[in-house]
Amino acid sequence: MKLAVLSGKGGTGKTTVAASLAVTLGNVQYVDCDVEEPNGALFLNPEIKHVTPVSVPVPVVDEAKCIGCGACAKACRFNAMAVVKGRVLIFPEVCHHCGACVIACPQKAISEIEREIGVVESDADGFFLQGRLNIGEPITIPIIQQLKRSVRNDIPAILDCSPGASCTVVQTIDGCDYCILVTEPTPFGLHDLKIAVSLVRKMGIPFGVVINKAMREDRSIPSYCRKEGIDVLMELPYMREIAENYSKGVLPVCDGGWRDEFVRLYDRVRGGLAS
Amino acid sequence: MKQIVFISGKGGTGKSTIVASLSLLVHDKIMADCDVDAPNLHLLLKGKRLQQDDYFGAEEAFIDPAKCISCGLCRRVCRFDAISEAIEILPMKCEGCGACELACPTGAISLREVKTGETYVDSTVRGTFSHALLDIGAEGSGKLVTEVKENLYGCIDGEKWAIVDGSPGIGCSVIASITGADAAVAVCEPTKSGESDLERVLEVARHFGIPAYVCINKYDLNTGITARIESNCEKNGFPVIGRIPFEPRIVKALQSFQTPVEAKIENVACEIERLWARLEAELAPANR
Amino acid sequence: MKIAVSATGNTMESRMDQRFGRAASFIVVETETMDFKAVDNAAAASSGGAGISAAQMVADTGAEAVVTGNVGPNAMNVLKAANIAIYRGSAASVKENVELFKQGALDKIGTSGPAHAGMGGKA
Repeated sequence: MKLAVLSGKGGTGKTTVAASLAVTLGNVQYVDCDVEEPNGALFLNPEIKHVTPVSVPVPVVDEAKCIGCGACAKACRFNAMAVVKGRVLIFPEVCHHCGACVIACPQKAISEIEREIGVVESDADGFFLQGRLNIGEPITIPIIQQLKRSVRNDIPAILDCSPGASCTVVQTIDGCDYCILVTEPTPFGLHDLKIAVSLVRKMGIPFGVVINKAMREDRSIPSYCRKEGIDVLMELPYMREIAENYSKGVLPVCDGGWRDEFVRLYDRVRGGLAS
Repeated sequence: MKQIVFISGKGGTGKSTIVASLSLLVHDKIMADCDVDAPNLHLLLKGKRLQQDDYFGAEEAFIDPAKCISCGLCRRVCRFDAISEAIEILPMKCEGCGACELACPTGAISLREVKTGETYVDSTVRGTFSHALLDIGAEGSGKLVTEVKENLYGCIDGEKWAIVDGSPGIGCSVIASITGADAAVAVCEPTKSGESDLERVLEVARHFGIPAYVCINKYDLNTGITARIESNCEKNGFPVIGRIPFEPRIVKALQSFQTPVEAKIENVACEIERLWARLEAELAPANR
Repeated sequence: MKIAVSATGNTMESRMDQRFGRAASFIVVETETMDFKAVDNAAAASSGGAGISAAQMVADTGAEAVVTGNVGPNAMNVLKAANIAIYRGSAASVKENVELFKQGALDKIGTSGPAHAGMGGKA
């Protein structure tokens, strides 16, 4: 089963929930798909044994065959090429790796070379996986795609997403069996939860909500969920102690307690899938 | 005019709360929210809608069934898995690259502009405000961020400052947010994740030549990490200009749609004022 | 000679646009006769590579020089490859900038501004 943890709003506790679940359940794969800012390793302390570079194809021109017609630059919808004075200039950082220029060239003068944009790292047995985008690179998708190719089918996989609801998140949750939406009881949290709910509904993936930093006095999130018929899977209360432990890289489940709650969370997820 | 963008690397560090607070403390400014997939600033900055536009930020391939011979060449060239076995375009995956259009032997494929979001310009008592919302699951956040900035520049009326709320991360949205800025302020928390994410986002600012400053939110949550962050930042040329205390009253204020300034949370409001004074001092000398 | 000035509008009276890649348009002027043509900058709407596309377009007009405010490194590479000289214009109308150019009063831009994406320079 592939379980994605996402949030809409950043900083609500995705990694807290995803990593705590991984630690509690034991025999699962934890996949850190927040390739811009992966944090899971800070809490799970894996021993990284395999580092695989992630590369994307960028065009290169055979000047002997090139006639300077400019068809490649015209075909490129991302402005990654310019043809001036019969010479082709290529701008790899803007390139979207689509291969349109290769197809467009009437002389078959364009081929592709690999350019590294980041890495996928894992521990020895592949229980822990993370992706990391190189600084200055705008596009995350190829790393997410590589991470997903390494997701195992024999044990459950927990995919820790990046914040937001952008194409990075879409790519991560696509094909997952269930989504846990983590939120916090603030107007920001509720607003962004609604965005995340729209996304998982649009993609047709069953989902439930975890309320982190929950406060007894503020019931805005449970009210919204009740009105929408959304399962509230768990509430983790707002406690300074949890926040302080988190700052040190210590999960709530490591300090004793909360394990039962996370086991119950997983049971509710499976219940949600069964229904 | 000087443009300051608030970024964070890690999400949820308090960018929007700080920018909304500054909207009360700073005069003669315009504002923007560049977190286009989960914008929050508009929740605290309410005003009158001056402009609302559909944003056509992407192109998608369309297959004309009359001309399609189901040869599957398009599916073979598509690198984004956006064409199904039944030779149908999967819109959420289509990047609009046009490779399929070029490959199609019968000219059955064309690219069309699609709406990917909406942009807004509001007039608020605290100044003009440019923001946007990306359609659910749509592509091109970076492009929409650029549009928010374009609208921001379009509303300039001699103001001294442009204050921009950025998005978390380090990818295309953040890069588009900081482009053209005179300074970036990275807001972080003193946690292991916060520290790690701060380093990465500061590197992005440096990579693009934008002077960056740091504000540590909830600094007393872990004074050891705060000290380490301060020392590393000073060493690497990123001045720490704010240290905001961990204050549970902020959450209650936000739940009432109030910033720490309106809610009169003195220890926090003072620190944000000090942060601004420092920014003014750093950027004002060249200011018109 | 033919020169291109980045502009905020479509006439000689329009103010010069400080941005190159995202200029609203380019006014291509024949300096001898002051005949001009306004070319809309389609590149302004792109997310990435606006400078590259704008530079390609300017090169395609046959202009031998560009008068503008800020040019990023990618655009500069294209303009240099096309042997197009780049001059720093003043905050004035296109017409005034052409006059200044003819008088030799404009400085050449040799190095680009910092690398940037999404937005070509400051407003």
